[in-house]
Amino acid sequence: MADTLRIKIEVLRYNPEQGGEPHFQTFEVPFTHDTSVLQGLQYIKDHLDGSLTFRWSCRMAICGSCGKMVNGVPVLSCHTFLRDYYPGKLRVEPLNHFPILRDLAIDQSDFLNNKLPSVKPYVMPKEQKPLSAGTHVQTPKQMHQYYQYSQCINCLLCYAACPQYGLNPKFTGPAALALLHRYNADSRDRGWDERAELLNAEEGVWGCTLVGYCSQVCPKDVDPAHAINQNKVNSTMDYFGVLKFLMPKGGA
Amino acid sequence: MKRSNEPIFWSLFGAGGMLSALIAPILIFITGIITPVGLWMPPQAFEYSRVLGFAQHWIGKLLLLAVISLFLFHAVHRIYHGLHDLGVHAGTGAMVAAYGSALAGTLIAAYLLIAVGF
Amino acid sequence: MAQVRTYTRPMSGWWLKNPYFVRYMIREASSVFLAIYAVILLVGLWRLTQGEAAWDAWRAALTSPGSILFHWIAMLTVGYHAYTWWKVAPKTAPDLRIGGRPLPECAIAGGGWLATVGASILIYGIVRWM
Repeated sequence: MADTLRIKIEVLRYNPEQGGEPHFQTFEVPFTHDTSVLQGLQYIKDHLDGSLTFRWSCRMAICGSCGKMVNGVPVLSCHTFLRDYYPGKLRVEPLNHFPILRDLAIDQSDFLNNKLPSVKPYVMPKEQKPLSAGTHVQTPKQMHQYYQYSQCINCLLCYAACPQYGLNPKFTGPAALALLHRYNADSRDRGWDERAELLNAEEGVWGCTLVGYCSQVCPKDVDPAHAINQNKVNSTMDYFGVLKFLMPKGGA
Repeated sequence: MKRSNEPIFWSLFGAGGMLSALIAPILIFITGIITPVGLWMPPQAFEYSRVLGFAQHWIGKLLLLAVISLFLFHAVHRIYHGLHDLGVHAGTGAMVAAYGSALAGTLIAAYLLIAVGF
Repeated sequence: MAQVRTYTRPMSGWWLKNPYFVRYMIREASSVFLAIYAVILLVGLWRLTQGEAAWDAWRAALTSPGSILFHWIAMLTVGYHAYTWWKVAPKTAPDLRIGGRPLPECAIAGGGWLATVGASILIYGIVRWM
């Protein structure tokens, strides 16, 4: 192809069987105008070094599997293009703040096993209705109160962007707290009290210092910083006992 | 999970952050730069009798107390959390020192505002 | 599953690795200058209670080059705090909507910056002419 160029990709390598420190390995990869960073990594795996390990699935920015640090910025590698780094080079690393399993694959279990379930990410209605009673209705206006937060794909870019999670992994973190707010803000949900203990804790919203980078890097325009900081106000009102007078759902 | 007492400190931090975002740059500019240099501000603006009158008026007292106290509470909150950001996990001692000094500054300011007369 | 030997990278120097974090740390560091300024005002208040000579000595101390330099740095860093305070205000504000659409972030931040400019002009006018 006439318009094929070559670019250098430095990849962080780590082998758990050998242990020790991770190191960078440089590969040279051909690319065209529409080659994504993910395709660059796949080229390495297919043609240069089959042992390179990384996660990916959908290639269209919806599965949330292929997050990587590219030149220090958390991105979806399928949604980022090699052309934007040319004529420079790229440095591809696993997502920050997570333990590295192998090469670019991180251990997501803290998020999947601890953080995500801890916010009770499901609608808790006031009372369970039988199926025969029909659906829980909601107006478009009510839906807009949480819609944006429901777009999260659990890609963990926001955790890689959050130094507070890196400094203290007990912090519940951006995506899980945004989901906590997504359900609290849902007109069908009455789970505020059940989620309040986590929300009001140091591990909840109070672990955040509003760096704000989480909202910046989100590929789905979820705004975790807004979710968390609105809930600092809610948590404060709850602390001083005035929230129950202001809650649209009456705190029930 | 333990309920955080952060709402108390965060409220003071927020009040100080709001007040300082509104007026701190101009206050520093007036009291620390243009008045000492003698530019765009006549020296009489800060002569003894005028400032004393301001500090003796209840509005002046309220403003001085709010500025000194809330600026301090805002600042120590960020300094305390900044230590954590720098990897210094100073613990309860640092917390007491940080917010304690802001409280001390508040009490001293309140005492001086009473001592300055009415 | 057998335990895999993972590698966790250290956090040291994290804030130097991304300009976004450097700006965050400057924002946080502005508080040091604000605290020193509050102490300077507190000392001024103390000197005021001691009479005219003490007050004039405090004012004279403020004319030293070191003091002027400090206040320049303090004004710039605290000014940066003011800029960022309003810039992040859309994150702390409630979910503001007009006609079902979220209020644009620049409207909230812009309103804040205008408020700071307005308050500054007002204070300058009061100190100078009232």
